[in-house]
Amino acid sequence: MKHKTFFWFVLPSVLAMLLFIAFPIVSVVLQSLHVSHEQVIVQVENCGPFGCTQSTKIDTQATEALRAAQPLGRWAGLSTYLDRGHLAVAEVAAEWRNAASMGEFLGRLTNLPFYNAMFFTLSYTFIVTPLTLIFGFAIAVAVNSAAKSLRGPLIFFTLLPMIVTPLVGSLILFWMVDARGIFGAALQWAAGDPNLSVKASTPLMWIMLMVYGVWHAAPFAFIVYYAGLQTVNKETLEAAVVDGASRWERIRYVVLPHLLPLTTFIALIQLMDNFRVFEPIVSFSAQAHATSLSWAIYNDLGGETRQLSSAAATSVLTIIGIAILLSPVLVRTWRDFSRK
Amino acid sequence: MSTIGQRQPVSLRLFAIGFLAFWMLIAAFPFLWTLWGSFKVEGDFFSKANWANAVFGVLTQSETGGTFTGTGYEGAWVQEQFWRAAFNTTLVCLFVVTISLTLGTLGGYALSRSTERYTFWLLIIALIFRAMPPITLVSGYLPVFFEWNLWGHLPTAIIVLVAINQPFTLWMLHSFFKNIPQDLDESAMVDGCNRFQAFRRVIIPVMWPGVITTGLFSFLLAYNDFAVTAMILSKENQTMVPKIASFLGTTQTKGNVMFAVASVVSATAPLFMLIMFFQRQIVSGLTAGAVKG
Repeated sequence: MKHKTFFWFVLPSVLAMLLFIAFPIVSVVLQSLHVSHEQVIVQVENCGPFGCTQSTKIDTQATEALRAAQPLGRWAGLSTYLDRGHLAVAEVAAEWRNAASMGEFLGRLTNLPFYNAMFFTLSYTFIVTPLTLIFGFAIAVAVNSAAKSLRGPLIFFTLLPMIVTPLVGSLILFWMVDARGIFGAALQWAAGDPNLSVKASTPLMWIMLMVYGVWHAAPFAFIVYYAGLQTVNKETLEAAVVDGASRWERIRYVVLPHLLPLTTFIALIQLMDNFRVFEPIVSFSAQAHATSLSWAIYNDLGGETRQLSSAAATSVLTIIGIAILLSPVLVRTWRDFSRK
Repeated sequence: MSTIGQRQPVSLRLFAIGFLAFWMLIAAFPFLWTLWGSFKVEGDFFSKANWANAVFGVLTQSETGGTFTGTGYEGAWVQEQFWRAAFNTTLVCLFVVTISLTLGTLGGYALSRSTERYTFWLLIIALIFRAMPPITLVSGYLPVFFEWNLWGHLPTAIIVLVAINQPFTLWMLHSFFKNIPQDLDESAMVDGCNRFQAFRRVIIPVMWPGVITTGLFSFLLAYNDFAVTAMILSKENQTMVPKIASFLGTTQTKGNVMFAVASVVSATAPLFMLIMFFQRQIVSGLTAGAVKG
């Protein structure tokens, strides 16, 4: 294909990505290096019949003028990154000096909002992803052994948790585990504790969020594995049977190697998606127990005062996190490409 | 012949059936339960006394005179104007799907036919963009949108969603067009078409299965989005998902959680239909990237 034709074909698409993905990234980085202007304060002397008093006053006009002149705000360098809401360098150093043991240090670290969010996001990503793979594989094997006529409806209902809007799906689960909902009541009954409430307990909230994560993502793993199972080489399987391989050996040496590339694919997609965990925290109102990086950005941006610099700094740190997470894949793709 | 590998001992069979039953319970039951409960009053849906009230609607009977009530739906759709949000969602989805498919088919086709090195880089950059959580971009949009008075309007949200959608659409359509033999458009070009004419006369007639599948996923992205629409749409222009989230903030305290339940069911219904009619396309779309890769 000629360069010129190629250019015109991809232009609209590239333009959209350039304007609304690439430029915003630049804008986010710039904002994270600035903070909004402080209000201009002037000294005013009020002279009345009882003498003069000095008072300070906000000069609205000058503030507006300053904001108009430099809409990005005041240059702040990396200070937003280093403050208490983000990397909290000073606080971490103090904790490091004061903490008696590593465990205590890590415990105190989770009191800092950024590390708290990071800790949950990473735990969520690295617990939910493997569980999704295992669960999805189990469903795929089970559906594959079901009668042909049943498979259609089985797939239909399996797809539901994945297709339904994350915010809506998590709300539906949340209402059921509410202390007054059916699962919540069952939990209270099982634990023998009438005051048990998922909302009030941090470990239960974490478990609930992760259960939601697996519930939502397992169908995707299922579909991919199920399609993979349809293409397992029947002759190899039969040869294995003839050679006396047991059921477990057939799965271990024939089926699993066939599914390995699919596993990498699912794991990659799931790592990307789980790292952005956000909606369930909103619908579970879990912020008191668990926050994620995406939620921290949302929290900064929402509300009366939009803390753009703070949100921008968290965004940049999140993008760096994603880049680190993806780097093995990118390096491998690059090697594959240069070998060709 | 195919039964050799398939024959299973009874215990394993029973285990598989039990596991499937368990999965069906946790996959489907929450939706059926919420659908049923959305026609009850709050005292039944969240029953302190006895969970079975939610099934039989004891309080619904005493409060409204019937075992089913539509007050949740009435409150959400009429009183809280959920219909407006539903209308906005329809507009957003319609335009996002149309525009992203138009841009995506052109781009995806070119990417599949060019063998230059820059196509690889374009696809890798698209992959990185796909990996970034959309909410990280929002703080980049806001100051600019405020400055130029673009904030809060539906067209803004549509364009942003189209752009966020592009990386995925490009990847999907690129791999789909790779499966359409090159000879097809090349022979058209030998016959005197230029590249665009070949695309229009030869490729467009055969591309619909892939485009429909990709369109389904664009639709889902636009329909399910919360992070972007919640941040860049004003209150009057809210789509369904941010509207539901706003019910949680305001009406839960007023005791009108049933509005949220009713709107949740209303927002789920179209997706239910979607899976029913397009199950085959969704499955093939999800597996397309994986099985080949």
